[in-house]
Amino acid sequence: MTPEEAMSAEEERVEKALERDDVAISVRNLRNSFGDQVVHEGLNLDVRKGEILGVVGGSGTGKSVLMRSIIGLQTPDEGEVHVFGESMIGRLDDEALAIRKRWGVLFQGGALFSTLTVAENVEVPIREYYPNIGPKLRDEIAAYKIRMTGLPAEAGPKYPAELSGGMKKRAGLARALALDPDLLFLDEPTAGLDPIGAAAFDDQTRKLQKTLGLTVFLITHDLDTLYSICDRVAVLADRKVTAVGTIDELLATDHPWIQEYFNGPRGRAATAAVAREKDKRR
Amino acid sequence: MDHTTALMNKAADLAQEVRDGETVIRLSGNMSIACLNHLPDRLDAIEGPVDTIDLSGVEHMDTIGAWVLHRTIKRWNCKITGDKCDAERLIAAVGRVDEPVNIRPDYVPPWQRVVGQIGEAVVNAGSTMLGLLGFFGGTLVATWNVIRHPSRFRINAVVQRFEVVGVSALGIIGLMSFLIGIVIAQQGSVQLRQFGMEMLTINLVGRLTFRELGVLMTAIMVAGRSGSAFAAQLGTMKLTEEVDAMRTIGVSPMEALVLPRTLAVVVMMPLLGFYSSIVAIVGGGFLCAVSLDIPPITFVQRLREVVPIHDLWVGLIKAPVFGVIIALAGCFQGMQVKANAEEVGLRTTSAVVQAIFLVIVLDAFFAVFFTWVGWN
Repeated sequence: MTPEEAMSAEEERVEKALERDDVAISVRNLRNSFGDQVVHEGLNLDVRKGEILGVVGGSGTGKSVLMRSIIGLQTPDEGEVHVFGESMIGRLDDEALAIRKRWGVLFQGGALFSTLTVAENVEVPIREYYPNIGPKLRDEIAAYKIRMTGLPAEAGPKYPAELSGGMKKRAGLARALALDPDLLFLDEPTAGLDPIGAAAFDDQTRKLQKTLGLTVFLITHDLDTLYSICDRVAVLADRKVTAVGTIDELLATDHPWIQEYFNGPRGRAATAAVAREKDKRR
Repeated sequence: MDHTTALMNKAADLAQEVRDGETVIRLSGNMSIACLNHLPDRLDAIEGPVDTIDLSGVEHMDTIGAWVLHRTIKRWNCKITGDKCDAERLIAAVGRVDEPVNIRPDYVPPWQRVVGQIGEAVVNAGSTMLGLLGFFGGTLVATWNVIRHPSRFRINAVVQRFEVVGVSALGIIGLMSFLIGIVIAQQGSVQLRQFGMEMLTINLVGRLTFRELGVLMTAIMVAGRSGSAFAAQLGTMKLTEEVDAMRTIGVSPMEALVLPRTLAVVVMMPLLGFYSSIVAIVGGGFLCAVSLDIPPITFVQRLREVVPIHDLWVGLIKAPVFGVIIALAGCFQGMQVKANAEEVGLRTTSAVVQAIFLVIVLDAFFAVFFTWVGWN
């Protein structure tokens, strides 16, 4: 195949993917740079509807930048981002509003509004987008969202400063889920949690994903999260998505970073843990 | 536009009918938050018992729609039929987490809240003053330790602060003082002209700037520039646990952070105060020359006759004391930061307010004191 043919074949593949109904997010040929430092170059990624896609990569490979590009907090130098088939680049805030309502974002530190209580935080998106929902129903919605993310009822009237790290993440998750989004972005949801709290959070994410039929874009460093809840994993390296697939598929590639990541001491421990779980179930 | 988008736009609706003596509510459309519109209110408005909710017209449902159904089912204790979009599962899911949650902290009546806030403010003011006094004691102890072990004195840190607190402030303090000198001379001359005593403008400018304004304005400027910076720096260092790290290594934060800053301000305040007074006098002289036709040479000669040397001492004695207060308020507030980044901002504000307030209170005491010792 000549390079030109390869290019056109690639374009065709891209076109096909765009037309496909089962793709929630599609990123094409993305380029991001800060000054001289190029973070992404020719990055392509598809997130399928209804899957939990884990995004991994070394520090500084631009995992958060990728997420910010998709949700429109960062305008890329080049490239296309489509969410539910709609282009997100260069759109005015008002135009993208319909799509914005369909996603929820959990930032790393929770990013709760510190002057509002947890319940009021959950109410903010509802109040903002759907003023037709009366105050009583809004309070009820906030209440069940809070309970749904595994927070105790007492957490509702508390201010973010009074919460522990794990509770802040759950409160942030409750706010992200306030509008029943189709798409959920999680930025390192288990970072800074103890192993038990992290496992519980993973479990909750999986349950919610099943109940609500969510598509989840999950940035993580946590190997246990990858093994226990992710359907597929995308690896960011060399300024692009080097490989996407199930962990078994990734293990079959010979990219040095991927091999080191999954076959390093921590990776092996996580693999062993998963194997033990499977044995137990048998 | 795929079919899901088209689906999403179909508003939820309801129809009420009686079938075989049973009241049936027939729901249709899309029971998701985007399409509910006023359906919840309309459901609430229905009176009389409802036996069945028919969902056969509902094409899509999210948990918010499920919640609306859940509360309706709970209210009428009715059953649902015609479920074709997994509604039962969603209703069960939200039903499992149905538990009252308080949205806000309990309501406190305003009078009670005001009384509580006043009490809190009084206690806070008291404990802050006490804490500041304790902090002053801590600084004295640290000073004594450094005097006993001069090798622990951080000369570099102090000199660096000299530049930040003193040299960098010269421009803004000079400009401010020059303008204040002009304002005093101008306002004074307008009043004194009524008595034909315009020459007294020189007394006014000379005595006022040396005794009061030079040092006072400098103190306010230094509190705003350096006191706030100290609070923010130390506050951030507390947040990032730098101060704790320092302690574990065996370095006393008092000696390493507070003392150099305090010393720098104490040394710089008299210098800046003197500089400020001189520039203000130049400003006054400038106005006298321009608008009162008093030549500079006459201005200076007259100044030497009417301004006693103790006016200069009054200013220079006050300056280092103000310096101590500004540095202590800044460092003390910075070291009080505990919880979060928001507190750094609050503490910085109170450092400046506290420093300026205390400086003015002390200035009043000094005025009485110097009159009492006969330095009029």
